[in-house]
Amino acid sequence: MLDDFLVRAVLGAVGVALAAAPLGGFIVWRRMAYFSDATAHAAILGVALAFAFSASVFAGTLVVSLAMALLVARLTGRGHGSDMILGVASHSALAIGLVAVSFVPGVRLDLGSFLFGDILAVTRGDLALIWGGGAAVAALIAWRWQALLTSTVSPDLAYASGIDPEREKQVLMLAMALVVAVALKIVGALLIGSLLIIPAAAARPFSGTPEQMVAGTAVLGVLSALGGLWGAWVFDTPAGPSIVCAAAALFAISRVSEALRGARA
Amino acid sequence: MTALISASGLSVAMGARRVLSGVNFSIDPGEIVTVVGPNGSGKSTFLRALIGALPATSGHVTRKADLRLGYVPQSLFVDPSLPITVARFLDLPRRQSAHAKQRVLLEAGVEGLEKRQLADLSGGQKQRVLLARALLGDPELLLLDEPTQGLDQPGSAAFYRQIETLRDQKGCAILMVSHELHVVMSASDRVICINGHICCEGHPEVVAQADAYRALFGSGTRGALALYRHEHSHHHHHDHHHHHDHDHDHDHDHDHENGQEKEAV
Repeated sequence: MLDDFLVRAVLGAVGVALAAAPLGGFIVWRRMAYFSDATAHAAILGVALAFAFSASVFAGTLVVSLAMALLVARLTGRGHGSDMILGVASHSALAIGLVAVSFVPGVRLDLGSFLFGDILAVTRGDLALIWGGGAAVAALIAWRWQALLTSTVSPDLAYASGIDPEREKQVLMLAMALVVAVALKIVGALLIGSLLIIPAAAARPFSGTPEQMVAGTAVLGVLSALGGLWGAWVFDTPAGPSIVCAAAALFAISRVSEALRGARA
Repeated sequence: MTALISASGLSVAMGARRVLSGVNFSIDPGEIVTVVGPNGSGKSTFLRALIGALPATSGHVTRKADLRLGYVPQSLFVDPSLPITVARFLDLPRRQSAHAKQRVLLEAGVEGLEKRQLADLSGGQKQRVLLARALLGDPELLLLDEPTQGLDQPGSAAFYRQIETLRDQKGCAILMVSHELHVVMSASDRVICINGHICCEGHPEVVAQADAYRALFGSGTRGALALYRHEHSHHHHHDHHHHHDHDHDHDHDHDHENGQEKEAV
């Protein structure tokens, strides 16, 4: 069954949606949208370095994205990130990555697949990395769940309870780098951020607790993945952007139905 | 008696600016201590340093081993993207039984709010929910940072009555920051006046008449003290520094020099 490229594509897209779900909530709650972009854009530099040193792309993007996340966290200091630093970091990371890739012979033609994903070329090895990485993200966030949530609600309340919110932030950085490394092949560096944010935002109106929102994010993420792939197949459109379009459509439906519900009440 | 928490030579800097310097402090079981000071005087910084949210640049904070501490921050802003009920909030960072949650909400005067969204609460309700959370785990020490900020006069008076009742019921020590000296004074065993350092401290009435205190708060204090003396004059036969009869003393002119400064350092 795994010999069929379409089956592999579906499994890959669903795996990435599930990997992104537990992190997506935190990205939204902590207003880290720009931050996730900066981390994802750094993946291109990771690709360049991976090729330069003949290392695996997964390892390259994981290391560079993690370094980027920690660097930006350091630059923006305690508390919430400053918009300016994040803007500088996000765009610079992308530009440096693109320049670096141009130095690596033979990759130039593949650049599009790293920017926008190349889901139809997903291999069994990729699937193992996606589902393994996704499981690692889920385990990491489940393990730190209560502490992460407390730190998100209020860093001071976390300190008073003996939790170090700075440490919890590093847990999120690690999870973020993992998601970026896992999702690169499916949606590409430019659209990873959207996969983290849009399903979570679409799940918000129907959630009463953080747990419900994560569950809703997972469901909507998987629906986006399936819907996007179906659209890509039927309309012959690029798969990664089609998945994001499906997520955006779900978001629109979610907001409209919330507005209607509010109008009726 | 061993102190619950103490600071010695505590200095804290925010960036390059030194906010607190050389603070020596300790609080005993069952004591109510109020910290007063003008805006920007470092009152909140002091409390945040005590809970470990801000690192000391010099000096140190010592806690009694396994100190059970409850902290009520100045305010709590929950991002609207985060769905969280009051019950779920009380479960952070440790899960509590439904009974325990019901009990603390009752004690804080907001019973039955479990299913409400935190973001939908009024300012007063939110402060009381924060108080309820601080009461979980039967604290030996409650730290309250301007807990009535944003409440109207009756609201804050009611809040302070609640605090007093809790102290009487539970015997926990209370350290609170306030700018409303006249409201909190009656309940405090000791008042500490901070302006970057400890200006003066001692029994409330002593502090209210200290030159250092009046230099900071100006003549506005006179009215506050008057209110205080008017309401509580029967308590204070042991206060000796003001020698004219003050059982029913409605002469509120304290600018003359017989209120000699009592700096208990």
